[in-house]
Amino acid sequence: MAVAGAAAATIFWILTEPSTIAAGILPEHQPDLANGERMFNAAGCASCHIAPGSKDKTRLAGGVALKTPFGTFHVPNISPDPDAGIGGWSDIQFVNAVMRGVSPSGSHYYPAFPYTSYQRMAHGDVLDIKAYIDALPAVKSEVSGHDLPLPFRLRRGLGLWKLLYLDGRRFQADPTATDEINRGTYLVQGPGHCGECHTPRNLIGGPMMDRTLAGGPAPEGDGVIPNITPDPTGIGDWSAKDIAYALESGFTPEFDAFGGAMVSVQDNLAKLPEEDRAAIAAYLKSLPAVKSAPKKPKAD
Amino acid sequence: MLRSLKVAVLTASALALGTAIAMSASDPIAARKAMMKNNGEAMKVVVPMVKGEAEYDAVTAALAMRVVNSTANGYTALFPESSKTGGKTEAAPAIWEKMADFEAAGDKFAADSATAVTAAAGGLDSFKAAFGTMAGNCKACHDEFRVKKN
Repeated sequence: MAVAGAAAATIFWILTEPSTIAAGILPEHQPDLANGERMFNAAGCASCHIAPGSKDKTRLAGGVALKTPFGTFHVPNISPDPDAGIGGWSDIQFVNAVMRGVSPSGSHYYPAFPYTSYQRMAHGDVLDIKAYIDALPAVKSEVSGHDLPLPFRLRRGLGLWKLLYLDGRRFQADPTATDEINRGTYLVQGPGHCGECHTPRNLIGGPMMDRTLAGGPAPEGDGVIPNITPDPTGIGDWSAKDIAYALESGFTPEFDAFGGAMVSVQDNLAKLPEEDRAAIAAYLKSLPAVKSAPKKPKAD
Repeated sequence: MLRSLKVAVLTASALALGTAIAMSASDPIAARKAMMKNNGEAMKVVVPMVKGEAEYDAVTAALAMRVVNSTANGYTALFPESSKTGGKTEAAPAIWEKMADFEAAGDKFAADSATAVTAAAGGLDSFKAAFGTMAGNCKACHDEFRVKKN
């Protein structure tokens, strides 16, 4: 009995070993701060990492509480402060955090941090974001740890989750697609991490890829996250121009205004060059149309 | 779109608005949804002008902003305690948790849309600036006070 237990624990331990990128893989890189800012906006770091209620997207003080079915996460301080934030992290430590969900001390991050999308990014873009963040103000705010019920407090268990959902594959351009579609694919699947909200999740919080970007119930409350595939139940009647304009202005073709979490996202996307929004729009128009799931009747 | 057609659309909006205002006491949820829809119609007429895709017309722009301003005035009064649920409302619980903030947002919306009405007469550039400020109210309020449900 004891031997079986020890064997199971060993297998668990091996399976959940954090998988990291080796420092030697990173190419020599001259940081490009302009690209860093562009990627910082595409990746939306500020939307989660600034203090609750703050409007200052340069102060990555942390502190927002993200309520999920798995408990409440307290977003960390990622300002370049050496004590309260991530000041002094090496390039490879930052890359492993963002692309593998592994901390410098070797523990797993919770996928509330969207590394399953960021894993698709180019190393150079991630390094440029680091350079950009390193130049932002150091903020000394301390943030408490997460508030999770017992089973989810075991970070090591995330190693199993990652076996299912972290394939470590970076974005590969499709040589048969246009540059614009490739750029849009990269932006949406990588830094934009749109699917983290717009692709519905299963019981263990994994994305349901057969319903990619087809929306679903919001994690909290009784709202919905819209279907952004070209289905009639999604945004099928929006043109690419409508989509690009919506991302620039926050207005749908009916002049309904974006709300909730999308406001912060749209504020960031509005700062991107027009070609990036056009690329996102082109990619969304090229997606398979997925019909919205029927809504469960609720007492309204 | 011809000016006469635009004016017709806006007049229809204004009439619908009048109906909504009449409904408001008995059915605040339906009234406030109708008002927001009217805002959308007014925006459809005015945004092409602001984007330079349609010729600017000061009278039409002012009329559109009047429609929006009529909605904005007293809008937040359409959210009594009894209207938190039902009628497919997309009003977020935060409205009643932070009523003072919600009312302040409504006041700002009313003020900014009134400014846009006046600015319309000053030509496209003067209007664009006032319109931009007014349009910022939409997202700012929806950010916290609206839950998307469809």
